[in-house]
Amino acid sequence: MTNEPIPELGGFDEASLDKAFAALEQQARADAASLDGEEAVEAYRLQWLGRKQGRLNDVSSRWLKAAPAEAKKSLGQRFNALKATVEQLLEQAAGSGPSDAALAAEAIDITLPGTRRLLGAEHPITRTMNEIVSVFAALGYSVGVGPEVETDFYNFESMNFPPGHPARDTQDTLVIANQERKPLRDRLLLRTHTSPVQMRTMQSQPPPVRIVIPGKVHRNDAQDATHSPIFHQVEGLCVDTNITFSDLKGTLDHAMKALFGSSVKTRFFPSFFPFTEPSADVQISCIFCGGKGCRKCKHSGWIELLGCGMVDPAVFAFAAEKQPAYDPKKISGFAFGMGVERIAMMKYGISEIGSLFAGDMRFLGQFA
Amino acid sequence: MKILTKWLRAFLPALPVDDTQLAEDLTLRGIAVEGIYDLGKGNGSLYEMDITTNRVDAMNHYGVAREAAAIYGLTLPELHFPLPEAKAAATPFSVQIEAEDACGRFTARVLRNITICESRDLPVAPVVSYFNLLEQKKISNAVDATNFAWLAMGQPTHAFDLDKIEGGIIVRRAHKGELLKTLDGIVRNLDPEDLVVADHVKPLGLAGVMGGWDTMITPETKNVLVEAAWFDPIAVRRTARRHGLHTDASHRFERGADFNAAPVASALVSSILLANGGSIEGDLVDMRVPALEARTAHRQAVALSLSEVQRILGTTVDPEGITAATVETVLTALGCELAHRREAGSAEPASAAWLVTLPGWRLDLEREIDLIEEVARVYGYNRFANTLPSFGEGVRALAWAESESVVRRTLLAAGFHETIGSTFCSAADASLTAPQPGLVVPLGNPLSEEAGVMRPSLVPGMLTMIAGNLNRDVSDVRLFELGTVFSGSTEKVEERAALAFGAAGIAPEQGAMHSARPIEFYDLKGVVEQLVARFESRSVYFDRFPADAGLTPAWLHPYRSARVAVEGETVGWFGQLHPREAASRKIKDAVFAGEIYIDRLYQLPLRKPAAKEISRFQPVRRDFSLILDENISWERIDQAIGGLNIPELVEWRAREVFRDKKLGRDYSLLLGVTFQAPDRTLREEELQDFQTRVVEAVGKAGARLRG
Repeated sequence: MTNEPIPELGGFDEASLDKAFAALEQQARADAASLDGEEAVEAYRLQWLGRKQGRLNDVSSRWLKAAPAEAKKSLGQRFNALKATVEQLLEQAAGSGPSDAALAAEAIDITLPGTRRLLGAEHPITRTMNEIVSVFAALGYSVGVGPEVETDFYNFESMNFPPGHPARDTQDTLVIANQERKPLRDRLLLRTHTSPVQMRTMQSQPPPVRIVIPGKVHRNDAQDATHSPIFHQVEGLCVDTNITFSDLKGTLDHAMKALFGSSVKTRFFPSFFPFTEPSADVQISCIFCGGKGCRKCKHSGWIELLGCGMVDPAVFAFAAEKQPAYDPKKISGFAFGMGVERIAMMKYGISEIGSLFAGDMRFLGQFA
Repeated sequence: MKILTKWLRAFLPALPVDDTQLAEDLTLRGIAVEGIYDLGKGNGSLYEMDITTNRVDAMNHYGVAREAAAIYGLTLPELHFPLPEAKAAATPFSVQIEAEDACGRFTARVLRNITICESRDLPVAPVVSYFNLLEQKKISNAVDATNFAWLAMGQPTHAFDLDKIEGGIIVRRAHKGELLKTLDGIVRNLDPEDLVVADHVKPLGLAGVMGGWDTMITPETKNVLVEAAWFDPIAVRRTARRHGLHTDASHRFERGADFNAAPVASALVSSILLANGGSIEGDLVDMRVPALEARTAHRQAVALSLSEVQRILGTTVDPEGITAATVETVLTALGCELAHRREAGSAEPASAAWLVTLPGWRLDLEREIDLIEEVARVYGYNRFANTLPSFGEGVRALAWAESESVVRRTLLAAGFHETIGSTFCSAADASLTAPQPGLVVPLGNPLSEEAGVMRPSLVPGMLTMIAGNLNRDVSDVRLFELGTVFSGSTEKVEERAALAFGAAGIAPEQGAMHSARPIEFYDLKGVVEQLVARFESRSVYFDRFPADAGLTPAWLHPYRSARVAVEGETVGWFGQLHPREAASRKIKDAVFAGEIYIDRLYQLPLRKPAAKEISRFQPVRRDFSLILDENISWERIDQAIGGLNIPELVEWRAREVFRDKKLGRDYSLLLGVTFQAPDRTLREEELQDFQTRVVEAVGKAGARLRG
C-alpha cells in the first residue's frame, strides 16, 4: 500500500489538476490490485476514505480549501470522480473475497464420513400394512378398526364358528382369565383375526360397506421362524347388492398387481373358512422367479398369499339382528384376509418372524 | 393323508389324464395334492394330500375317486362286496342301542371259524400290494381288513373276538367307576358321559374312538364280530377329548361319517376275512335310530335356483356362463339327486330351479349356498372372470388416523426407529408401570409367566427392547412404539392408544470431528415438546412432583423425570430410567424413556399451520448474564419475562447454563432476549426501557445480574 504523501499541487490550472489527480488515481488502482482478504480491504478503505486520516480527506482539506473560487468547480468535479473510482475499486475488492491462497489454507478432508442425523425408520409391518391399505383405499375402501380383546361372539360365534370348533380351544386362542362363569358368547379373548371388525361394522351401518381392516391379532402358537403368537392381518369386506365371486376375483387380482407388480398373476383354489362360502385360497405367481419355479416358491411357481370368499349367509344373519338390511337374499358380499408378516417377510427378505418384534436397532435401521 | 393313483384308477379305469394332471385338477378343485411321488413302473404315484377338515368324505380313495369322476364326467361305480350265503343263526346276535342320542346305526355281522393269519392280495382287496405302496404296516388279516376298509372308503370298522363277548352288544353311556383297558394298553377310568360299546357285563370299547384290549383279535381267535356303525360327532369328540385320544376313527366320526356306509364297509371287512375260510352266521344285524337317520342320510331336500347361483358367482370367462346343465352335471356327479321345481311367484322356469337331495356322505352340505360353492368348485374357480364391482360411496377416514400419522412422522423425524413389542408383560412389570395400578388384566392361558398379563403400559416392552439392544452391544438406541394398552378387569377390558419411546447412548448428530455427547433428559424433552406442539392447545407445561409424593411413576428417576400436561391434563411421563430399576434389569447405561397417553392428544385438533408476516425491521438481541440460586428454576425466569407482555419482546431463551464450584449454591445463566417490532425500527430509548423492565422482572424472580 502506498506510503507516498499526497503530491504537491503545481497550480490550479487544468494541466496541473489533471496530473495530480491522475497520479492519485494510479496510486488508488495500484493499491486496490493487491488487496487480499477482508482486513486488507478494510485497511484500504480507511486509508483512502477514512473520515479523519483518509487520503481523500487530506486532498479535500489541503487542495479544495486552498483553491481559488474560479478553480473550485473544476477541482470538485475531479475530486468526486476520484472518490467514485475509489469506492468502485473498494466494492470490487470486497466482492471478490479471499484469494486462492487463502482458500487453499482452508482445505478439509472430504473423505471423512458425513455427520448423519439418525433417520427414524418406519416399522416394516406398518409400512406393509399402509401399502396394502392404500391399495384398497384407492378402490373406495375406508379403514375399519376394532378392539384387540374381543368377545367370543364377535371373534367366533358371529363368524359362524360352530360351538366345538378347535379354534375356540385355549390351545389355539389366548383368553382373558376368569371367563368360565360367563355365557360362552360373552367370554373375552384375544382376537385371532381381524374378522370381528366385519361384524362390528355391519352391525353399526347398513350396506353398502367397503372396509379394509388392519390390526394386531394373537394366537396361542409356539414361536418359530415363521410363526409368532403376535402377528398382523389386513382384512377386507365389501357388501352391496350384486357383489359376485367374479368381483372378488377381480378385486384381489387388481390388488395383488398393485402390490407386487403388474406382471403378477393370481389363481384361486377352493378352501374352507367358517365365515365365507364359497371360500378360496389365492396364490400369486412367484415374485422371485416369475413363475418358473425357485426355492422360495418350492419350485411350484406359485406363492400362497391370502384367504377369501363370499360372505356366508349365516354371517349376514348375525348382522341382520341389528341391521335388517343385511338380508342374504338381497345383498351379497365378499371378504378377504392376509397376513402382514408373511408379505413383509417376502417383500423385504426377512427370514425370522421374531426379528419383527425384537426392537433390534440394527434390524430396524435397514428400513430407514 | 396318502393316496395311491393305482387305487384311484382301479375305481375309475377310464381316467383320461396322467397322474400329474390329475393332481393339478384335483388341487384346483380343493382336493389339494401337496406332493407327488413316483412309485415305479406299474405302481402309479403316491399323492400326499392336504384336505380341508370340512371334506372328511374325501379323505379316502373312494372319496377322491368321486371328485375325479365329477371333474371328468365319469361314472363312478357304486361299492358292492358280494358275500357268501349266510348260515342261519339259532337266534340273531343281540344289539341294543341305549344311547339313542349318540349312536345312529350299529351293524354287527357274526363270522365263524375264521383263520387269523397274514394278509394276502385278494381280487376284491389287493391288501399286500396297496399296503406296501402306502408303507402301511401289516398286522393280521383281521386288523388289515379294517384298515383296508378305512383307506378304501373312510369308514371305521372294528373286529371283536366274538367268544369274549358276553351276551350281546349294548351301545350306552359308561357307568361311574367302570374301567376299560383300551387297545393301546392303557386302563381308563370311564366317565359317565363316555359313549361305550359294551356287552351285557362290561364295556368293550370307546365307541368311535378305540377298541378294548380284552376283546381284541388274537392268533387264537376263531369267531369274529364285525362292527360298522355311525356315531354322533359331538359324543365322539367329547369322549376322545376326555381321554386325550385322537384316532382315525374319532377323526372321521367327529367330522361326520356316512350313515349308509356301515353295511358296505362291513361287507368289505367280512369278505377279506372269509378269504381264508369260515362262514357268516345269520343276517347282518342292523340297528338304526330313525331320528339320527333323518338328520344324516335322509335330510330335507334343499331348494336351489340358477338365478341364485349366478347372483353369487357372477361372470365367467366362457360367455355361456353357468347354465342349468352345468349345475345338474356337477351336483349329480357329486351324488346329489335333482328334481325340478317351480318356485311360487317366481318367473323362473322349472328347468332352472331344483329340489336337491343331499348325499349321506356330505354332511357339510346343508344349504343352497353350499351347493353353489360345489358348482363353483367343480366348474373351476379360475374359469370365472376378473370383474370389479361398481361403487359410489366416499371413503371415510378414521378420526385419529391423521393424528397418528403425524405422531409417527414426528418421531421418525426425531430419529427414532419404530418398533412393535409384545402385547403382554409380567405381573411385576405391570404393577411397576400401570398408570392405574390394580386395573391390570390377567390372561387365562398365558404364553409364559413373563407374558402373564395384558400390558397396561408400553414401557415394559420398551425397556425389554432397549435392554436387548444393550445386551447385543448396540449402545445407541432410539425406539418408539405406537400401540394399544389395556386396563380394567376380567369383566371389562378398556383399550387405549399409547406411545412409548426410549433412548440410550450418544446423541447421534456428532461427527468424527466433534466429541460425542451422551443423550440426556433434554433430548427427550425436546422430542416431547415438538410432539405436543403438533396439536392445538392453550397450554402445555412440564412439572415434577416431590419424590415422596408418590405421583411420579416408580420406574422413573425421581429427580430426572417430568410430567407433561396439556390443558391441565396429564398426557405423559418421561425421563431417566430409575437407576435401581436399571440395575435390576442389568442395564449399566443411562437409559431414558417415556410414555405418552396419546389418546388424550388425539382429542385435540392438529395444529393448522398459519403464516405470520415476517417483520422487515431489524431484530435486536440482548444477552443478560444472570446469577441464580439453585432452587430457582428456569421456569420462574421464563414466566417472569412472559409476564411482561411486551409485544416487541419476540423471543427469549436460556442460551447457556453454567455451574461452577466458585459459585457455590448458585449457578449462572446466560439469558438471550430478542426485540423486534413488526412496523418500525426500534429506537434506542425504547430498547433501554425494555431492558430495564427485563432486569427488574428477573430480579423479582430472584436473579441478579452478574458483576
